[in-house]
Amino acid sequence: MKARKSIIKPLMLLLALPLASTAADTHGDSTQGKAHFNYWCAPCHAAGPGHPGTQSLTVKYRGSVPAELEQRKDLTAALLTSAVRQGILSMPPFRKTEVSDAQLADLIAYLTTR
Amino acid sequence: MALPPGVSEADFAAALTDFRAAVGDEWVFTSDEDIALYRDAYSPYWGEGEERLASAAVAPATVEQVQAVVRAANARRVPLYPISTGRNLAYGGSAPVYSGSVVLDLKRMNRVIEVNERSAYALVEPGVSYFDLYNYITEHNLDVWIDPPDPGWGSVIGNALDGGGGWTAAPFRDHFLVHCGMEVVLGDGDIVRTGMGAAPHAQTWQQNRWGYGPWVDGLFRQSNMGVVTKMGFWLMPRPEAFLSATVQVFNDRDIIPLFDILNLLENQHVINGSTGVFPGFGPNAAAWNLQLPIYGPANVITAQMDYAQAKFETIDGCRFIRNELIRTPLSAEDRARVRLVNFGIPDLSTFGMLGRTEQSPNPAGGHIGFSPIIPRTGEGLLEYRDFFRDNAAEVSGGENLGIIGPVFMTNWERSLVALIMFPISKDATANGKIRAAFRKWVTLAAERGWHEYRAPAVFQNDVAESYSFNDHALQRMREKIKDAIDPNGIISAGRYGVWPKHLRDA
Ligand SMILES: Cc1cc2nc3c(=O)[nH]c(=O)nc-3n(C[C@H](O)[C@H](O)[C@H](O)COP(=O)(O)OP(=O)(O)OC[C@H]3O[C@@H](n4cnc5c(N)ncnc54)[C@H](O)[C@@H]3O)c2cc1C
Ligand code: HEC
Repeated sequence: MKARKSIIKPLMLLLALPLASTAADTHGDSTQGKAHFNYWCAPCHAAGPGHPGTQSLTVKYRGSVPAELEQRKDLTAALLTSAVRQGILSMPPFRKTEVSDAQLADLIAYLTTR
Repeated sequence: MALPPGVSEADFAAALTDFRAAVGDEWVFTSDEDIALYRDAYSPYWGEGEERLASAAVAPATVEQVQAVVRAANARRVPLYPISTGRNLAYGGSAPVYSGSVVLDLKRMNRVIEVNERSAYALVEPGVSYFDLYNYITEHNLDVWIDPPDPGWGSVIGNALDGGGGWTAAPFRDHFLVHCGMEVVLGDGDIVRTGMGAAPHAQTWQQNRWGYGPWVDGLFRQSNMGVVTKMGFWLMPRPEAFLSATVQVFNDRDIIPLFDILNLLENQHVINGSTGVFPGFGPNAAAWNLQLPIYGPANVITAQMDYAQAKFETIDGCRFIRNELIRTPLSAEDRARVRLVNFGIPDLSTFGMLGRTEQSPNPAGGHIGFSPIIPRTGEGLLEYRDFFRDNAAEVSGGENLGIIGPVFMTNWERSLVALIMFPISKDATANGKIRAAFRKWVTLAAERGWHEYRAPAVFQNDVAESYSFNDHALQRMREKIKDAIDPNGIISAGRYGVWPKHLRDA
């Protein structure tokens, strides 16, 4: 894990400028992704009451898919990238000073390989 | 990428080159898609010509980098708009007030410099969120509480600078009030420390707010006089326990003695928690419910509650319902049933009111608030309630625009804020109606002497205009100060209605 990351991180720095929107195509680290999820997403997307994302998705999907993002099997890099960079309903987008492209790739690795 | 107004392409390019030299290429954002991340997700002008948009963004990591960026911007007259965590949703998000400004994004300056348990204070950088400060305190096992606002991802500094507030005990709920000492980069790149911070060897920056001589910290609240790079805050030592009660009264006009007693108890510091006043609904409901929380040592607050109960029970028919005492740190069971922010624990549960619910499966998504300060008396409250009821239909042009209110907020000592909430969506027609209604409330309320304490960026001029004593003498004085300490007017032009000279004349 460690060795792979040290190669990928500098690579992504190079790619980040001209190809910012292709974060989804690069390979992230799902362990890091879980940590980013806990910090940035879990306050809204964890299980149980008091989590606005989970609450909203319960009503949106009415059980056709799980309301908790971490339980979903159908999340794609495209959906995650668009939610994080464009926002959706009351969820505002995240700036790159909050979730960098490399961190978004980590989040995608975590949420799409479950 | 748009150019900042009045700045030539060559000057802007030169400024961007200097920014890159200062912070590194990676932290200067100029592509359309990166700049779009700075849009206000709850903008009342979303997608319309008047939406406030950045021309670029730059994200320094140190005070020296902030100084370098400010100097470069000042040299080329490039307008800057500093944000801390930029989560100012409902008040402008991370977008500038003046379109074309370069957002100075301080999120990367995220060091907790010190939390001192013995003297109960913290010194932080702008990018430190309530979550970050809470995590730091927890990891270091320190026995102090923070006072979070509802959204825990906001900046301890940014929230205080915008006039924000939280939900534990007084005085800690008023975030600017309990700050102690600032470090500020001025428009020419010079750096100032306020209070005891101006004394080079003092170890008391966070222990005395005033320092010596004229106090200037207030100049940086809801303001554009400088870029704040550090700020100290007094913290509350963890209280041993929390005790609350609900007071119910059954006649509409009982709100008058209810407030008189509440004010007395708060001004005596018998009640220190964040109280709430709500009307009852339904046939046998109370006319008014008052929530009454106290923080402190268990036996002391029990005695305080006895004292409060005796006072309220002088109102005819009053019911006084006491809740169980809650001890801290919270047990897992208590943690699952309380409102966390009342216990110094940050979360984001407040966004539940903007997402989908069974009652509202297709909500607007965003919101803004109109929050005037009204007299803190029962008479004041009744007058405002009736004013809202009598004007609501006409202000909304006979339509149901989803405007709700008033919510009476007693969280600041001595003040009563009467909040009206407006839904904001991505639909220009709906937002246009909301804007018209908002402006009407500003005007109608001002006629009665009710003026806002804080306003969404796009309405800041309207509200500033209403503070007009002696031909806007206060505003004129602020403009003189602005012109003196930021002569090129590069910092946060237009914020809270204060514009630099070249834009006032234009
Ligand atoms: C559902 C909901 C509930 C809310 N509840 C609350 C609440 O309980 N209490 C409350 O106070 N607010 C509340 N808000 C409003 C807002 O979200 C918070 O106040 C939030 O903390 C502000 O964003 P921020 O902390 O990221 O500040 P920022 O966005 O970083 O800063 C706010 C403004 O201050 C200025 N500023 C920031 N940093 C600097 C600096 N270093 N130097 C110079 N100027 C600076 C800028 O003009 C900036 O636009 C709520 C909003 C919503 C949508
Ligand atoms: C402030 C609360 C909040 C935070 C923080 C938040 N979200 Fe969301 N998110 C929501 C809400 C609310 C929705 C539901 C929108 C709806 O019902 O249409 C949502 C929806 C989504 C969706 C769309 C799911 C679907 O099938 O429609 C994705 C993907 C998503 N969020 C990812 C994330 C990720 C990744 C993070 C962390 C980087 C995050 N969110 C952080 C509130 C939040």
